[in-house]
Amino acid sequence: MKLSSSLRAALVLAGAILIGSSFASGDHPQHGTIDHPAASPGTAHEEHGDGHTKKEFNAGELIMEHIGDSHDWHLWGHTHLPLPVILKTPGGWEFFSSGHLMHGEKHTGGHGTYQLSHKNKMQVVGANGEVDEAATAAITDLSLTKNALALLLCVALMCWVFIGMARGYAKRGVSAPKGLASFLEPIVLFVRDDIAKNSIGEKHYRRFTPYLLTLFFFIWFLNLIGLIPLPIPPFGANVTGNIVTPLVLSTITFLIVAMVANKHFWMHILAMPGIPWPVLIILTPIEIMGIFIRPFTLLIRLFANIMAGHIVLLVFFCLIFIFSKNGESLVGGYATSPFALAFTVFINCLELLVAALQAYVFTLLTSIYIGTAVHEPHHAHADHH
Amino acid sequence: MDLVTPDLGLLFWMCLSFGIVVWLLGKYAWKPILSSVQARESSIEDALNEAKKMREDMARMSAGNEELMRQAREEREVLLKEARDIRDKEIAEAKGKAKSEAEALLTRARADIQTEKKAAMSELKTLVGDLSVMIAEKILREKLADDAAQRALVDRMLKDAESRLS
Repeated sequence: MKLSSSLRAALVLAGAILIGSSFASGDHPQHGTIDHPAASPGTAHEEHGDGHTKKEFNAGELIMEHIGDSHDWHLWGHTHLPLPVILKTPGGWEFFSSGHLMHGEKHTGGHGTYQLSHKNKMQVVGANGEVDEAATAAITDLSLTKNALALLLCVALMCWVFIGMARGYAKRGVSAPKGLASFLEPIVLFVRDDIAKNSIGEKHYRRFTPYLLTLFFFIWFLNLIGLIPLPIPPFGANVTGNIVTPLVLSTITFLIVAMVANKHFWMHILAMPGIPWPVLIILTPIEIMGIFIRPFTLLIRLFANIMAGHIVLLVFFCLIFIFSKNGESLVGGYATSPFALAFTVFINCLELLVAALQAYVFTLLTSIYIGTAVHEPHHAHADHH
Repeated sequence: MDLVTPDLGLLFWMCLSFGIVVWLLGKYAWKPILSSVQARESSIEDALNEAKKMREDMARMSAGNEELMRQAREEREVLLKEARDIRDKEIAEAKGKAKSEAEALLTRARADIQTEKKAAMSELKTLVGDLSVMIAEKILREKLADDAAQRALVDRMLKDAESRLS
């Protein structure tokens, strides 16, 4: 089962990169029309009326825009919510609203002039109006982007939900949970008993349970927030499907394992007891690779599953616009919509399951890795009995 | 490759916010939640254990009651038996006493009767002797009024004596 899920993850990743690269190679000509400085609701309408400048519908571009990060939050139509831009430049900090950079506009701050590339990257514009590559490499973009905002709102939501839940417990003492707590408590107990206690063991699981609970709910909440199709923050942001989230989480898993691992664990990695030394020559490098590969598979699995979910959802949705040829063929659009909608609903249900499943798998595997790191040899266990 | 290139800004926000959420929830949410869940679990377990202990106590107590009842019943049996024995003994004693008394009375009565009887007999004897003598005197006076009768009598008597001697 593990193998097949890894295989699936790898396939999905390969597919995602394919779509990504096709977007990267094919989007450039259209880009000029998107970032046209004059694109306001009124002019955009005129553009649509004019057959020559009407932009082609590009599913890859739309999908990449949705799953990628952005310096503003696309609410609906041509309404964007500007987000704060925070830049660390060699000259000092820059703070301004991303509203100044919309539609390819340039903004001149205290330490330079900036614009956004078509891939949403911050660029420094030199005195000659061209992009200054050296200066661009020197700045660090710490802007509160779409994903960062969704992340902060999710963290706030989690704090509100769980600290509120804890307050309720303090108020009611040992009586049964009420309200939201009665829904969340079985999940908390599931993480504690079936994930932490089962895979880490009776002796050590208490130390890791709080982290594993946070990890589980963090992934689950972010997954769900990404699936809710509301046009307002924090919904719809692809945070867990962005490489940064699984990267940070799996790195923490790796660090925890490396920090808590006991002598027994390292002995088994470096020189598996009871194995003849010629085998160890092969086995030890594999084991050493294993400690890096295991968190890496966590990264790939979460990243690929969530991103693929968003892509598949959008692909089915885009079918309507592809078959309607962006409004030219109403018959094609109407004929496709029921199927596309049915598939979108189906995939969305599936993704709701995947949202919980991936949170579960990530937490479970993290606790299994921790479990192998703190596991004690059998003679130590014998002392307990 | 954009997809798999981590963005530094987001990386910063991710580390910051995940760190905050791990710390905040660990301190203000999971600790109280887990400890109160644990407190509840242990209180439920305690209550169950208490109930079990009470049930055992009850069983033990009812067993003790039964034992007490049995003992009481046994004791009653013993007491009743003792009482019955005492009663029987007393009755037997009383019977024996009455019997011996009756016997003594009887014996005395018998002795009295014997004495009375003897006295009566001797009185009767005397009376009979006197009467006999009186009757004999009368008869003899009557009979021996003539000589011939006297001689006949003497003859008869002599004859009797002769027949007895032979």
